[in-house]
Amino acid sequence: MRVTKDLVAASATPIVLGILAEGESYGYAILRRISDLSGGELDWTEGFLYPLLHRLERHGHVESSWQAVAGERRRKYYRITRQGLAELAEQQRQWQTVVDALKQVWPSIGDIRPLFNPLEGTA
Amino acid sequence: MTITNGEDELQDQFNQWRAYVRRRPELVASDAEELEDHLRGSVDELVALGLNADEAFLIAVKRMGGLDDLSREFAREHSERLWKQLMLTGEPGDEAKTSRSRRDLVAMLVCAAGAAISIKVPELFGKRYDDSGMFYALNMTLFALPWLAGFLAWRRQAGPRWYGVLAALFVVGAVVANAYPMSEDSKSVGVVATHLPLALWLVVGLAYVSDDLRSSRRRMDFIRFSGEWFVYLVLIGLGGSVLIAFLYGIFNAIDVYPDEFIWNWLTPCGLVASMVVGGWLVEAKQGVIENIAPVLTRLFTPLFTLALLAFLVTIGWNGSGIEVNRQTLVLFDMLLVVVLGLMLYSLSARDPQAPRGPFDVLQLALVVSALVIDALVLYTMTGRIAEYGTTPNNVAALGENIVLLANLTWSAWLLLLFVRRRGGFAAIERWQTAYLPVYAAWLWAVVLILPPVFGYR
Repeated sequence: MRVTKDLVAASATPIVLGILAEGESYGYAILRRISDLSGGELDWTEGFLYPLLHRLERHGHVESSWQAVAGERRRKYYRITRQGLAELAEQQRQWQTVVDALKQVWPSIGDIRPLFNPLEGTA
Repeated sequence: MTITNGEDELQDQFNQWRAYVRRRPELVASDAEELEDHLRGSVDELVALGLNADEAFLIAVKRMGGLDDLSREFAREHSERLWKQLMLTGEPGDEAKTSRSRRDLVAMLVCAAGAAISIKVPELFGKRYDDSGMFYALNMTLFALPWLAGFLAWRRQAGPRWYGVLAALFVVGAVVANAYPMSEDSKSVGVVATHLPLALWLVVGLAYVSDDLRSSRRRMDFIRFSGEWFVYLVLIGLGGSVLIAFLYGIFNAIDVYPDEFIWNWLTPCGLVASMVVGGWLVEAKQGVIENIAPVLTRLFTPLFTLALLAFLVTIGWNGSGIEVNRQTLVLFDMLLVVVLGLMLYSLSARDPQAPRGPFDVLQLALVVSALVIDALVLYTMTGRIAEYGTTPNNVAALGENIVLLANLTWSAWLLLLFVRRRGGFAAIERWQTAYLPVYAAWLWAVVLILPPVFGYR
């Protein structure tokens, strides 16, 4: 199964903010976490994640700092800000609305079947 | 192979990869570092799974995907990085470059301040800027260009002999401007005032090429420098006039009239200082920002070609001759200068190895039509040349015409050979750079010899 591009794009911000709400993290770990959370179905590229993180930083939802790890290497850690938490709450509210609506029109996944055959009635 | 060797090799590979990433304008140093950390995370994980360092590195790089896609994604978020910014104090991170550009900045500030101060010195001897028009018209560039030449010579670490030669030439210029007994309404004053700045500009050129006098490439660099410098000077001038307009406006609003400050201090000091600043800007930005002069020539070469062709067609249609007097001769001189400039600056930006294209043909058309027009002008003048050559002005105008005509005729020939695949492009470039001393000789001759020959009339 592949999640469509639009859906990935729409869900990216709440997912990243949600992960950072658990505690500060860095790019590679965030990517691993997303992969774990989705059972490997959400496979983001680096070209998607890092610009997103930079955008969130520009908007002030997250802040970053360089920390030394293992020898001379430095790693860029991201932390959610107060404004980011507010954004996350807002996103959660919106997603909840969407999920609630979806649950009502899709009572259970097995019930979905065509209401009529689209080929009928064209004659 | 020991483990440390593997580590070293891996480090090498990371270094190469980082250098490769840094070549992308969209990815700055901190991005490269962040991505490298990511890559290392990936490699570490693969190594933990049992792969060796080499394999892990290859797979990790492969997983990251093409750098093209990566930089495209980064560019979407950081579009400002595609606009090259002029870092006046060097790019952060590059120590040697940063300290070099700092020293340049300081030297430029010293020279600009020197120029600004030196133009106020004559006031100590009663030469006020607003009522010694002739003195400043003759001497203006003498207050600015020596400082610019000094700055350039300093940047090129020229030897003391160079400084001596440059100083001597500027002194000669100063002597002509001040010791020649020319009256304010003589023709000679006009000739010196228009030719001396250009002659001195070529002295600046001497300072510019002081590290390699005979190199054609270096002289072409000076031609590029001149074009960019001029563009910067015009831009600084525009900015300066906006500043002046606001100064006037806001101080008038509180009933203070800053005329004295603006016309006696800001304008002269700003003018000479901006000449130095312009030179520094061109030096600092070299290769960072697209050159603007060649862009302008690309825009205007077709338009000028059309205009000149239309002019020729109109002459042919009406059968009317060109009415020649001194004004029109100067006008046609200027036209030749413009055509030469258009050619020079498209040459300066052209890749010498590129094959001939339609633009080269266009250029040939431009040069040939300018030549035909000038031939018409000179033809109408034949027989009256003696009559024309009686004042220094006319001799100068006529001489200029001949100097430019000679250059353009040979250029047209070389261009024709080039367009017809008989000659190389390099010949055109060499011809133009070899011709620079001719301008210098002519300009200095006009400045030095014409006034005494005509008895300073």
